[in-house]
Amino acid sequence: MRITCPICGERDIREFTYKGDAVALDRPAPDAGDEVWDEYMHLRDNPAGVTRELWMHSGGCGAWLVVTRDTVTHEIVGVALARDVEGAVA
Amino acid sequence: MADLKSLSPCAGLLPLSRGALTLEEVAWDPIWSVAPYKGQMQDVSDLLNAALGVGFPVPGTWDGDANVRALWSGLDQAFLVGAKPPAGLTARAAVTDNSDSWACVALSGDDVEEVLARLVPVDLREAAFGIGRCIRTQVQHMACVVLRDAPDRFVIMAFRSMAGTLVHELDVAMQGVDARKPA
Amino acid sequence: MRLDGYGRIDRSVPVTFSFDGKSFVGFQGDTLASALLANDITLMGRSFKYHRPRGVLSAGSEEPNALMTVKRSGGGDPNVRATVQEIFDGMQAFSQNRWPSLDWDLLSINDLAAPFLTAGFYYKTFMWPKPFWEKVYEPFIRRAAGLGALDRVHNLDRYEKAYAFCDLLVIGGGPAGLMAALTAGRAGVDVILVDEDVQPGGRLLAEDECIDGVQATDWVTATLEELEALPTVRVMTRTAVTGAYDGGVYGAIERVGHHRATLGGLPLECFWRIMAKRAILAAGSIERPVAFRNNDRPGVMTAGAMRAYLHRWGVVPAQNVVVFGNNDDAHRTARDLVAAGVHVAALVDIRPDVVKSDAYQVIAGAVVSDVSGGRNGVESVRVTTPNGESRIQCGALAMSGGWNPTVHLACHMNGRPVWNEDISAFVPAPDMVPGLRAVGAAQGVFSTHGCLRDGAEAAVEVARELGVSATETALPEADDTPYALRPLWAVPHKGRAWLDFQNDVTVKDVTQAATENFRSVEHMKRYTTQGMATDQGKSSNVAALAVLADVTGRSIPETGTTTFRPPFVPVSIGAMGAGAQGKGFAPERKTTSHAATVERGAPMIEAGLWYRPSYFPKADERTWRESCDREVTMVRDSVGVCDVSTLGKIDIQGPDASAFLDFVYCNTFSTLKPGRVRYGLMLREDGHVMDDGTTARLDETHFVMTTTTAAAGQVMQHLEWVHQGVRPDLDVRIISATEQWAQFAVAGPKSRELLNGLLDESIDSEGWPFMACGAVSLMGVEGRLFRISFSGEHAYELAVPSRYGDSLYRELIARAEGLGGGAYGMEALNVLRIEKGFITHSEIHGRVTADDIGMGRMVSSKKDCVGKTMSERPGLSGAEREQLVGLKPIGAVKQLTAGAHLFERNAAPNRANDHGYITSVGFSPTLGHFIGLGFLLNGRARLGETVKMVDHLRELETLCEVIDPVMFDPDGGRVRG
Repeated sequence: MRITCPICGERDIREFTYKGDAVALDRPAPDAGDEVWDEYMHLRDNPAGVTRELWMHSGGCGAWLVVTRDTVTHEIVGVALARDVEGAVA
Repeated sequence: MADLKSLSPCAGLLPLSRGALTLEEVAWDPIWSVAPYKGQMQDVSDLLNAALGVGFPVPGTWDGDANVRALWSGLDQAFLVGAKPPAGLTARAAVTDNSDSWACVALSGDDVEEVLARLVPVDLREAAFGIGRCIRTQVQHMACVVLRDAPDRFVIMAFRSMAGTLVHELDVAMQGVDARKPA
Repeated sequence: MRLDGYGRIDRSVPVTFSFDGKSFVGFQGDTLASALLANDITLMGRSFKYHRPRGVLSAGSEEPNALMTVKRSGGGDPNVRATVQEIFDGMQAFSQNRWPSLDWDLLSINDLAAPFLTAGFYYKTFMWPKPFWEKVYEPFIRRAAGLGALDRVHNLDRYEKAYAFCDLLVIGGGPAGLMAALTAGRAGVDVILVDEDVQPGGRLLAEDECIDGVQATDWVTATLEELEALPTVRVMTRTAVTGAYDGGVYGAIERVGHHRATLGGLPLECFWRIMAKRAILAAGSIERPVAFRNNDRPGVMTAGAMRAYLHRWGVVPAQNVVVFGNNDDAHRTARDLVAAGVHVAALVDIRPDVVKSDAYQVIAGAVVSDVSGGRNGVESVRVTTPNGESRIQCGALAMSGGWNPTVHLACHMNGRPVWNEDISAFVPAPDMVPGLRAVGAAQGVFSTHGCLRDGAEAAVEVARELGVSATETALPEADDTPYALRPLWAVPHKGRAWLDFQNDVTVKDVTQAATENFRSVEHMKRYTTQGMATDQGKSSNVAALAVLADVTGRSIPETGTTTFRPPFVPVSIGAMGAGAQGKGFAPERKTTSHAATVERGAPMIEAGLWYRPSYFPKADERTWRESCDREVTMVRDSVGVCDVSTLGKIDIQGPDASAFLDFVYCNTFSTLKPGRVRYGLMLREDGHVMDDGTTARLDETHFVMTTTTAAAGQVMQHLEWVHQGVRPDLDVRIISATEQWAQFAVAGPKSRELLNGLLDESIDSEGWPFMACGAVSLMGVEGRLFRISFSGEHAYELAVPSRYGDSLYRELIARAEGLGGGAYGMEALNVLRIEKGFITHSEIHGRVTADDIGMGRMVSSKKDCVGKTMSERPGLSGAEREQLVGLKPIGAVKQLTAGAHLFERNAAPNRANDHGYITSVGFSPTLGHFIGLGFLLNGRARLGETVKMVDHLRELETLCEVIDPVMFDPDGGRVRG
């Protein structure tokens, strides 16, 4: 598997660290309530199809990335810097 | 009172050679990391250029000469090698002395690309990685900086504490490449 | 036997080798299989299950039978395919899976028991009594059925791994692959051509035919010369592509040393990871046997293999041969054999309407239905025609059931090949692997002309996709004979007809699987084990599928096909793990004090990747405990020195640095004054403790955070995550400075006295109170000093640039020893911190909250932070939780053990009664007894209670008193002293 880092270009999977679903970018307000926080922390979809995932280019530039990937074909359809993705600002 | 004695990261380990390949330590000093604050990239680059004649390098490259270099070293970050950051930089960038953080070694010889092809998962052939390129990647299991500063010469930087492993890995790869040479 | 005037071997270079202890001579260019055949050795192995005598079936990497153990001075490998292994001087080959010898294999009794050993036999028979499976049946079966054995000595062979990159990977160097590489290479495309053989050429090396009016082998040589001269083409031989993966990644195994008598520093194998924008699969095709009774006898081989042995190695298995087939290729074999002076007793073709020959007898509309002979070869075959049966004497049989395109790599990403009725075989569908297209025989195009054309056309297309203009040069003239066949999978007859030679699966086994309703091809495969051997059924899959289709009354496309998975050919584990043996397993991180520490005889222990001293033994000390006790007392009474450089040090700078720290720590840092240090606790977003450490504020916008050794990398990633992913609004920059500083703890009542002899300006309590920090100078070197303590003593941590670490450490030790102190190691450090109730990752192990460790009030109510909201959930704090306590033994047994569990004094020590567990223990010389830290249900309310510790693993039990975790100097008077 290869991921195209927006900073470094296409690199081998071994340079990247996986975190989880990109929903982690949408951190709720502290007072958003139990249900919202429960969903944010624990509830994840598991689609056969396109997902948005967080990867860190830990063996490269150190950027956190949002990787849009198809779980059926393994095709990577987009990579963006996490800090540029809307919803990243608390 | 005795003076504190300085030891380089690869003291006692280098130089070494295998056939036409050589590995030697590079005494780069000082090394400062420079990380411009938000919106300060251009100002930082201008300041560096005015003071030292090197700009802030674009990702994947290094700039400079044998005396002063600026190596791109990560997201919003570069290493300034051979000079301290000029006055006024600290207002625009986070600067940190990392002179002693890195073991810096130079690998040279005809088959230098073949050696690194055994350790680094990136295309380092000259067409893809010519003089002036500088990247963050991994050498075997170690985070590193790799740059090319001559057709047959690369500089590899890894954490100082891993100097022994860095030299070991490069040596094993050098031996493997050298052994393939027709006698 | 060897034929004069035939073969592309170098007869001027004889090579001496041995097989089962007997010496033989072959020639440079021979494989082990061809050299044995040349020496009239046809019996090369015993089969997996029935121990049937077997000879060589093929001439390529698909070989199922001729597996051997090959030894060289200093090493060896089992399960080497004799058809791939080149011979070298001094090579020792041994047959496998036989006892006591290949000729007399006692376990061939399995073959007599064959009626009972059909598919499913094990499943049905060895079920009862249940304990017998592990103790009796399995060991016996494993002994009886098997491949070669490991020699059980440490493998000293070198393996290598390497990366390669190209725009076009051409897999296979037959006519299609060569033409593709040539066309692309001439256009300047960045090409890697990979061939698993000793040299490219593929089938052209095994045939007698012409290209452009010259011998095809001469055309191959000329083409290779041109390829070698092209600047953008790299040719890799002895390299088999083993897998196709996501993103244009291909695995390949190169045999570097297997064919050499001595390795001389060379690896045995190199495992390549090849990154390619496009790939052309020109892997050719594999001839399939026909299933009939005794078709597995030594001397029966595929027709194409027999031609290969003739043309490439000048070898025939016998002087009198029968050829049996269902296609025109069988006739080619007969013609070539006759031309070489071999007597072809008959050509048996199932097709009734085939062309007769003057040179040999053609029996049309007939089949071979049985083979007779001994373990060393064929004596006769039985031919069945609609009119009856006859027996024909012969020494070998060549069989051809047609050719299967080598589709395997195209299927590695789960794509399914499609059935091509014209050739009765599966061919790759487009885009089964993105960027890969199959050409030539791998796509079902079998003529040389067709392969050359296919390769050239594909290369032009690929070049265009890559943005390079390539022109199709004139195609060389080559044979374009059409390929015609009539499907024939199995000859119906009584007796066992082999499909899968390597796993001993017969037509009857597949039929039985269907009878027992294992009708799905995947079920049949698992029930019979067909295709599950190391050859992955390369010679048998399609035939087995056809038999299954037949008995279940379905067409072959309806029946489907099994999944091909990497690796295409067996890859040794050593090659896959290349570079990770010994020192390559993980980097060793060494502190600057490493040399001085080892000189003092300290045993080193691993802490993550770091190496740290366990203790510093004195000459008169016989146990580690004696050293540890002395070191603890030394710190409490005078002064000790310990390297703490391994703790993570992270530089955090920027206008928003303090706001950032307020967000990542649960307590507040914006109120910390420059020149001061504060202890900080970091939570995960789920509300549990992630890490702890001290953070120093050097100036208004510059902090240095300390992490634990174990979590340094994790914390660094977390900080970057929070910065980039959660709070990109904050203007802050984070960089590791762990390696920059050699940092030493100087701890004990005499610590300041020690430092004041060393620092350029002396320090006192007013200028340097507890939790002060700042720049210092020592011997002209700029350093940093932190008045912090992990021992509870008056202590400092002194940091200098790492280049001075070795020198400073030696100086500090010498000065400490002058004051009655010295170096201390991890054991003493651990006891010192347990005495003070300080936590490490033994306590903050991922399942504890701030409240559990008594730090609930540190979670500031005045600000948000990572983990705050979730830490407030019910159930994460309070009396129903296990809370940090101290423990001391008060029963007859005076020892505590980490990992032991806690119970009420009179409760039965079972899971239902579990009240907690012990995380850290040590003997405290200060207090004169064992002490421990642990978690106890509602522990803070139970101080003074007696509980029972039970260590079920070490069978240890004692009573403990629950005490405050701070067991020494609870007021902290010493640390401020």
